[in-house]
Amino acid sequence: MSLAALEEVEVDYPGRGRALGPFSLALEPGETVALIGPSGCGKSTALRLLAGLEPPTRGRAVLAQGRGETSVVFQAPTLMPWASAADNVALPLELSGAGRAEARRRALQALEQVRLPGVAAAKPAQLSGGMAMRVSLARALVTRPRLLLLDEPFAALDEITRRALADDIQTLWAELRPAVVFVTHNVEEALYMAGRLVVMSPGPGRVASVTEVQGPYPRPPGFRTTALFRELAEKVSADLAAAMGAAA
Amino acid sequence: MSRLVSLLAPVALVILLLAGWEAMVRLLQVPAYVLPAPSAVAAAAAGSGTVLLGSAWNTLSMALAALAIASAVANGLALLVAPSPLMEGAVRPLAVALQVTPVVAIAPQAVIWAGLDHPERAVVGLAAIVAFFPIFSGTLTGLRSADPDLERLFDLYGATRLQRLFRLRLPAAAPFMLEGHKVAAGLAIVGAVVAEFVAGSGSAQGLAWRILEAANRLQIAREFAAVFVLGLMGMALHALLQVGEREILTRWRGRKGR
Repeated sequence: MSLAALEEVEVDYPGRGRALGPFSLALEPGETVALIGPSGCGKSTALRLLAGLEPPTRGRAVLAQGRGETSVVFQAPTLMPWASAADNVALPLELSGAGRAEARRRALQALEQVRLPGVAAAKPAQLSGGMAMRVSLARALVTRPRLLLLDEPFAALDEITRRALADDIQTLWAELRPAVVFVTHNVEEALYMAGRLVVMSPGPGRVASVTEVQGPYPRPPGFRTTALFRELAEKVSADLAAAMGAAA
Repeated sequence: MSRLVSLLAPVALVILLLAGWEAMVRLLQVPAYVLPAPSAVAAAAAGSGTVLLGSAWNTLSMALAALAIASAVANGLALLVAPSPLMEGAVRPLAVALQVTPVVAIAPQAVIWAGLDHPERAVVGLAAIVAFFPIFSGTLTGLRSADPDLERLFDLYGATRLQRLFRLRLPAAAPFMLEGHKVAAGLAIVGAVVAEFVAGSGSAQGLAWRILEAANRLQIAREFAAVFVLGLMGMALHALLQVGEREILTRWRGRKGR
């Protein structure tokens, strides 16, 4: 039985027509999926459906049950600028009724997990972009979710930071084993982060191709230089080009 | 060093202007009832210092009372209508009407309603009307200013309405509310003075009353002195609020500057 699923969903936005669908995706516990496609192909919309943040116009969204079972990391860190890093991370626990002390203890733990001990008291404005993104990740992990949704989490980061964060996310995945949906428009990032790649075509967003990525996960160092990686990168890039061409 | 220079620059300019003014009045022998020399204004200020300061306090206390009332009403109303675009749509035109109607136009009626024995009530009421809009508008804008993705997170984690208000919307509104109060404080003083011009007599002896009184008696130096005290008072209040705003925002953000 899958953890969460979108079944033949369609999303219409008033005045803008159909953004997504028909589109289906089933997530097994612990699997890692990348949604990849050009901007405007509805991949972020699919993510919001999985989070239950908006309903499909037609079709059915089966969500991971329970508060804190689903966590989202957005493109920007999306931290509360007036609250310390620890308070930001503790927020999901406090909103679901955890005691202050307990929430803080677990928040500090989560900050250590993302290799950010010692910034608990810092405000977001005092953190670098990479650090703020890690705080955001800690906030998503603090509820020990079974489904982690990542909406282009590396978009605003430099190359070194994004590679470090990509490895850290995989290390954290190995501890908690949540199902991960990773939205991106970067083929190589998708290959590195996910075991299943779903290429989407735009206008409205649909599944153009699905590629299973064999190989160990978390990815070993040097995975990006293997023949398998390069071969798949070329195949998926071709799929993506075809998907975009079909829409143009 | 550069900080000292930038602090001294406005002082130097004022001294230069005053010196030019003094020289011009003396050289051209301008009559005192047309334009008194700064020295004469200073002498008049020194001569009636206690009266002027008393009147200044009178005006300031009425303006501050008006600010407090405006703040309570405007913030309360903003909190009430913020959750509903329909309510906001209903209230906003009225708030705008209140803002664009010149305070002098409604002052005579306000004086009648307040009762001729209580002109200070009319002054406070009119100043509160003037100070209302920036606070209402600032708070309302601020309550809507939270990052939409943060709002989504609050949805995701099943936040209650109160949690959303106290943990997200009010903190996000803080900078807008501070700005609104700063603008409103300046307007409250202007509103109080304008209202005094219409209503001021008897017990409401604020600075506006001193200005009118001195002008009617052709004590032009004294009139100027009262105007200067008014200007200084406004600047002092503005500076105080500016420092307060910066201090609070620094804590809010955790670092200096925008």
